[in-house]
Amino acid sequence: MKKLKLATVWLDGCSGCHMSLLDLDENILAVAAKADVVYGPLVDAREFPEGVDITLVEGAVSSQDDLKKIREIRSRTRVLVAFGDCAVTSNVSSMRNSIPAAKLINSIYVDAVDAARQAPSSDVPALLTQARPLHDFVEVDYHMPGCPPKAGTILAVVSDLLEGRKPKPPSVKFG
Amino acid sequence: MPQKKISIRIDGEMVTVAEGKTVLDAARAAGRTIPTLCHLEGLDDVGACRLCLVEVSGSGRLLPACTTPVHDGMSVATNTPQLTSYRRMIVELLLSERNHICSVCVSNGHCELQSLATDLGIRSVRYRYAYPKLAPDLSNDRFVLDQNRCVLCGRCVRACADVEGANVWNFTSRGIFTRVIADLADPWAEASACTGCGKCVQACPTGALAQKGQAVEEMVKHSERIRGGAYRKEVAL
Repeated sequence: MKKLKLATVWLDGCSGCHMSLLDLDENILAVAAKADVVYGPLVDAREFPEGVDITLVEGAVSSQDDLKKIREIRSRTRVLVAFGDCAVTSNVSSMRNSIPAAKLINSIYVDAVDAARQAPSSDVPALLTQARPLHDFVEVDYHMPGCPPKAGTILAVVSDLLEGRKPKPPSVKFG
Repeated sequence: MPQKKISIRIDGEMVTVAEGKTVLDAARAAGRTIPTLCHLEGLDDVGACRLCLVEVSGSGRLLPACTTPVHDGMSVATNTPQLTSYRRMIVELLLSERNHICSVCVSNGHCELQSLATDLGIRSVRYRYAYPKLAPDLSNDRFVLDQNRCVLCGRCVRACADVEGANVWNFTSRGIFTRVIADLADPWAEASACTGCGKCVQACPTGALAQKGQAVEEMVKHSERIRGGAYRKEVAL
């Protein structure tokens, strides 16, 4: 059987969801038998490839770069999973949302430092007004709550998707 | 005088219940699960949160189970797909209205709003989050009021007024701008009537009222502790 293409993405999150993914431990072998991980922080690929079957997206959409990425990812992915609370609710990423983005940048890059006090004009992508959950921007097929989702939850959802089954809603607390 | 017993149907099942009881009392006694948020055993019901809405035959609208008294021959449906869809909407609206950031909340894992969302099978919020800017009141030595987590259930208001008799808490403004305030919107520490009893904290279903110094997930509430006062009130009457 042809292997499926699995991708993981890290937007505005703490990488805790990806750490939880690593907690799959030896179960990762069962996933690897069914799918190739073609993109993500854990593999070496620059471009998000075409024709991805399943993408787990960690983090909220917080910058222009995140927005560009999530739209591209959506157009190249068959099943998109909001992976963890920041992707589902915006969670901790949303704590800056009542502060104007320019004020936020200024307080971090100018007020809080002694040297090179300057807001970045290039290399650091411009912030959106607010960090928002994935489904505010693109259609999301499954929401996997958890901060982070437990390895068992990830395994259950990913296994179902790899087997072509509709994942059962994980029986985990919301938020 | 023994109370008159009447018969009603709950989800088709005939049950006998004392006159004067509410639909919520009767349904729970019959083993039904009706979600509630503003209801707290020991406080007067106000029907504010609308989570306990039920279908009553012959009524053209949905009625809150907590404030609807039973009457003879009544027929009630407590858990239809339509009610579940409304209950989900209510909880999603509550989640979207303030900043309920569970992962950094003192009440994470012990929160009635969170449990409701989980039990109703909510996996995402369809409404646009409002992300309002709300400052917590840290003026009190022992307690914190965090408006970010408030659901306006009014359990603190009623516990303070009806059980403690201090009337410190109240509501100001209307609709989405409604806020719980101490006295005339003063810092909590300046509310001279506050006895520091902490009943409001125990009554609060979320992390909106908490003890100071609690870290994430540490604030476990004991709402049953405030029932003693309500019991005394009942005896006095």
